[in-house]
Amino acid sequence: MRLPRLYFAVAGSGFRRYATYRMATAAGVFTNTIFGFILAYTFIALWNERPQLGGYDQSQALTFVWIGQALLASAALMGGGFQDEFQERIRTGDVAIDLYRPIDLQMWWLASDLGRAAFHLVGRGVVPLVVGAFAFELALPGSLLVWALFLLSVFLGVVVSFALRYLFALCGFWLLDASGLGALSMLLSLFFSGMMLPLNVFPGALGEIVRWLPWAATLQVPADVLLGVRQGGAGIAGAFGFQSVWALVLLGCGRLLQKVATRRVVVQGG
Amino acid sequence: MAEGVLARAAWGLRAYGFIVAMWVRSTMAYRASFAIMLAVSFATTFLDFAAIMIMFSHVEALGGFSLPEVAFLYGTSSVAFGLADLFLGQFERIGGRVRDGTMDLLLMRPVPVLVQVAADRFALRRLGRISQGAMVLTWSLFQLDVDWNVGSALMVLVMIVSGGCIFGCVFVLGGAFQFWAQDASEVQNAFTYGGTTLLQYPPTVFGKDLVRGVTFVVPLAFVNWMPALRLLGRDDPLGLPGWVDFASPAVALLCCVITGLVWRAGLRAYRSTGS
Repeated sequence: MRLPRLYFAVAGSGFRRYATYRMATAAGVFTNTIFGFILAYTFIALWNERPQLGGYDQSQALTFVWIGQALLASAALMGGGFQDEFQERIRTGDVAIDLYRPIDLQMWWLASDLGRAAFHLVGRGVVPLVVGAFAFELALPGSLLVWALFLLSVFLGVVVSFALRYLFALCGFWLLDASGLGALSMLLSLFFSGMMLPLNVFPGALGEIVRWLPWAATLQVPADVLLGVRQGGAGIAGAFGFQSVWALVLLGCGRLLQKVATRRVVVQGG
Repeated sequence: MAEGVLARAAWGLRAYGFIVAMWVRSTMAYRASFAIMLAVSFATTFLDFAAIMIMFSHVEALGGFSLPEVAFLYGTSSVAFGLADLFLGQFERIGGRVRDGTMDLLLMRPVPVLVQVAADRFALRRLGRISQGAMVLTWSLFQLDVDWNVGSALMVLVMIVSGGCIFGCVFVLGGAFQFWAQDASEVQNAFTYGGTTLLQYPPTVFGKDLVRGVTFVVPLAFVNWMPALRLLGRDDPLGLPGWVDFASPAVALLCCVITGLVWRAGLRAYRSTGS
């Protein structure tokens, strides 16, 4: 039973580590809030022209904006978190030391990223959402159950986001300088998570496709749970099922790729 | 004295060239990664615009502006921001340098610190953003119903140059701010990335207070909104006098002067972390 405790300790230290940088947190909250305002106004203009666009009414669309700002740091929709650090350890060869350790590399990073995400959810998520709720009329649920389901969905979303970033970071074993891949992963995440525009607004076949991609699990699905678009037993089960399947598939791919990488690639460093 | 200043400026520019050339060579050492970065930089901004096109697949006009008009705002904002980002985008790294003590290194070298910070890790990939913005801008110029002559063409050019200066000032100010608040580099993203996102949409979309704020406090409205409203024949939502539309170069110059003073104050306030 020692191993789970170890991972909890890693998660805890991830939380504390990000909690240390208070100025950075305050700066992030400020920036998220400004972006929230900019996006909110463009969404108002859009929903004024087309009420009920994508099945959202205007207050739901505005809520979506602020949920996005609240989850931006937590679900690492713009990258960052463990990814940069892990990539750097691959580039410098320090990863060889990590592989010696009597722990599972993927679970170690997952635990530390979950700790980070938990801090970011509280430290960078709450204030923008509250400011948004004061400045605009949002469609936030009154039921505690919905909030609990939302948090569970956010958790699954962070796991999917982690699994995706882990895959991208592993490519660094072959490319050495993985900053291009880091940028690619951020680009895909920003667009396909719904951060720029909710996925239900994407037209036609493009819309059908993007709603099935794993990035949808990181923002669109949690937001739809909170907005009550996915509700009732079947709706919630569908949401959690979608997120869990992607989480398992992507974590599995990560393990496979890690095996190939550690067997075939010669670690650099001197 | 004047000659001394000129010589210093010339030396600064030459040094900037040296450092940039060094970083370009270093970038080219990882060619595959650079190719991906360039493509990604292009694609990132392209998806930005794709989001706007998706919006316009549902509506005819946003805030009363048509797609070509929004594309014009988008293109001018992106190119001006892209230029500033290419030449001065490294100022957000100052906080990190102050923290780990490498700022001291810059102070010891016989090159102006401003130049060294600006050229540090020069990222050629940022051409991706500029070229994408330029493509959207060119497309919009053909689509717009504007009477093109030397005057209006010159206005677009002046707009982009002064817009680039204004954004550049925001980058440098953000950098100077980090001498006082080291971990707060993300604040400047609100004004840089936030600013360019804001300016991609017409001012009519936003609340009047927000428009006032970016006109009088952080003068981003002079990057493209003010001159663009004149070119597109639109009314200014704030109802300012007409000459304001031509004030961008003067505003840019004023920004440069203020930024220079703040930068010096910031540098003087720098305390080494020591060891």
